[in-house]
Amino acid sequence: MKVTFPHMGNSYIAIKALLKGLKLEVVVPPPISNKTYELGVKNSPEFACLPLKLNMGNFIEALDQGADTIVMAGGWGPCRFGYYAQVERDILRDLGYDFDIYILESPDSKLTELILQLKDLGQNVSLAEALKALRFAWIKLKAVEQMEKKLEYYLPRSLDKDKTEKIYEKSLKDIDDANNKREINQILKSSIKQIESIECTNDKILKVGLIGEIYTILEPASNVNIVKTLGRLGVEITRSTYLTDWINDHILGGYIKKSNHKNIIKCAKPYVNYWVGGHGRETIGYAVHFAKQKYDGLIQIGPLTCMPEIVAQSILGKVGEEKEIPHMTIYFDEQSGSAGINTRLEAFVDMIQRNDSFVLKEDAKSEILSWS
Amino acid sequence: MIKVGIPRGLFYFYYYPLWKTFFENLGAEVVTSSETNNKIVSQGIDIAVDETCFPVKVYYGHVNQLCNENIDYIFIPRIVSVELRSYICPKFMGIPDMIRASFNNLPYVIDITIDLSRNNKELKKEIIKVGQLFTSNKKAINNAYQNAIIEQKRFNQISKEGYTLDEAIKLWEGLKIKLNTKNDLKIGVFGHGYSIYDQAISMNIINKLREMECQAYIPEMLDKKIIEKEASTLPKRVFWTIGRKMVGGALHMDKRTDIDGIIYVSCFGCGPDSIVGEVIERKVKNKPFMLITVDEHTGEAGLVTRLEAFCDMLRRRKSNNESNISAHG
Repeated sequence: MKVTFPHMGNSYIAIKALLKGLKLEVVVPPPISNKTYELGVKNSPEFACLPLKLNMGNFIEALDQGADTIVMAGGWGPCRFGYYAQVERDILRDLGYDFDIYILESPDSKLTELILQLKDLGQNVSLAEALKALRFAWIKLKAVEQMEKKLEYYLPRSLDKDKTEKIYEKSLKDIDDANNKREINQILKSSIKQIESIECTNDKILKVGLIGEIYTILEPASNVNIVKTLGRLGVEITRSTYLTDWINDHILGGYIKKSNHKNIIKCAKPYVNYWVGGHGRETIGYAVHFAKQKYDGLIQIGPLTCMPEIVAQSILGKVGEEKEIPHMTIYFDEQSGSAGINTRLEAFVDMIQRNDSFVLKEDAKSEILSWS
Repeated sequence: MIKVGIPRGLFYFYYYPLWKTFFENLGAEVVTSSETNNKIVSQGIDIAVDETCFPVKVYYGHVNQLCNENIDYIFIPRIVSVELRSYICPKFMGIPDMIRASFNNLPYVIDITIDLSRNNKELKKEIIKVGQLFTSNKKAINNAYQNAIIEQKRFNQISKEGYTLDEAIKLWEGLKIKLNTKNDLKIGVFGHGYSIYDQAISMNIINKLREMECQAYIPEMLDKKIIEKEASTLPKRVFWTIGRKMVGGALHMDKRTDIDGIIYVSCFGCGPDSIVGEVIERKVKNKPFMLITVDEHTGEAGLVTRLEAFCDMLRRRKSNNESNISAHG
């Protein structure tokens, strides 16, 4: 049995460790490329959102490389994601692929259920072994995220941005290859030391909150690598979604660390007063949260036609106006070109820089703030 | 008299008789916006964000019209779920918040939350809360609600007889409508009710089909049990209420010998439709199937051409007994 799964940012490192711990042979899909886009777009419903199309691309490439089993998450709406696996299975079967699919339903349900589903998936693994695999995957996930945060902090400050990125990329590869906790700790220690030793600028760094839909935020290939683009423009970003936080909030019920989720929900009031599916409410909650912390701007991203994000987008204008924070919304689909997006990002950064360095008159301010 | 405004969009088509009866029984006067016209459409497009779907933009236009009228309340319900373990669409869950963020001159918004996805305990509290805006007598509120349910049932009965929801509302209000009964084709027409029964959004597709001497067979004419039975043949339950109705209805019509073809009307950018449309297209094997996507840029002439071509094809198929020809182009 050769197992594959869809990409979502660097999560493949943890998922691979987990599946290997369940004694499965793993086929990681090739990194998302133009070919992935091409295959996905060709074989997906025209108006489906981008993550579904990229999933399809991942699956086709992995099946072509010999995978015979797909592991995919499910859900019960109202976001489209819950029905992804159903549509993807039907399309792939119609394309003539022969494979099994495991759908891990209800990621919002109890952890014990999830562990049992995982144990079932494994090849004769005991419960203890399944737990061990989970724990090791979690350690990798945390390590990867630590490096991501270092990159977000140091890339805008570093004077040698290429080197910073290189150290980051290498650390990811090393974490992926690591076999135990001790190795991971060593990699972290040395990579962080290297990244911190690069000379930094003394200029003031602009801070932007990156809010929006989880997949688009986590997967650089779906957002023309917005974190690095902004980092190179000298902007430090803070995301609204970090995978460990998401798992802690939604699967572990805040068991591992203190959850900020309730606070974010509170922040969303009175703009969003009810759950709107996906991350719509969190998007607005974080917008308010970042505004309170005096961030210089907000960028909302999501796949085109994403329903919860459209709700958030409709409300973001009001939040920006009342909390006096500049904001911009960018949707991504297979038509998104990096040059156009970069121009928009540069213009936005120029604007918040000006906003920051001048004390503006009231009327001029409102003019600039209305940018989106 | 207290005036309550109800925008003529989205769930107006499904629940207007219920809402109207409820408010009138509480002694309020109900005001609706006019039928969707160009002005409403263009104002809605102006106010709403570009990426939202056409029906929501139109709804914004209706709200805008009501804002300029002298009303005390505007009724914008938050419809999360109308049955167990099912949803409508995230936009419906956020619509009162979206409207509040976009208008400065709104009257007081009645934004009752209807969430039956787990149980219906909350609903009763919400109804009482709304009723208390008009009277403190809980019994009167309860009576108004009971009457509203009776009227809604009467309306549902009318809609089973082949009238669109738009027409059924008119009939329920006492108007008379005569349908053209001359037809030789029977076509299943699917889509979200607030799109296909709004004459501006769907560009009057059902009447256009009737003029081409086709009977439009709409999902409201089908029994709920039949729909659920067919929908349950899918490996996973469709968790959108309207989406499941579409899938179940289409699968049922696919088997029926008296149906000649199926048309699915979807709005550009509709989230559930992008998935449900795909499921239907893959499962409907026996009938010619056409997917029409509409938005504010759709031209009427293009739509007529496609409908005519579809009907011509169905007639030729029928007369030459060419049913052995593939249904897929």
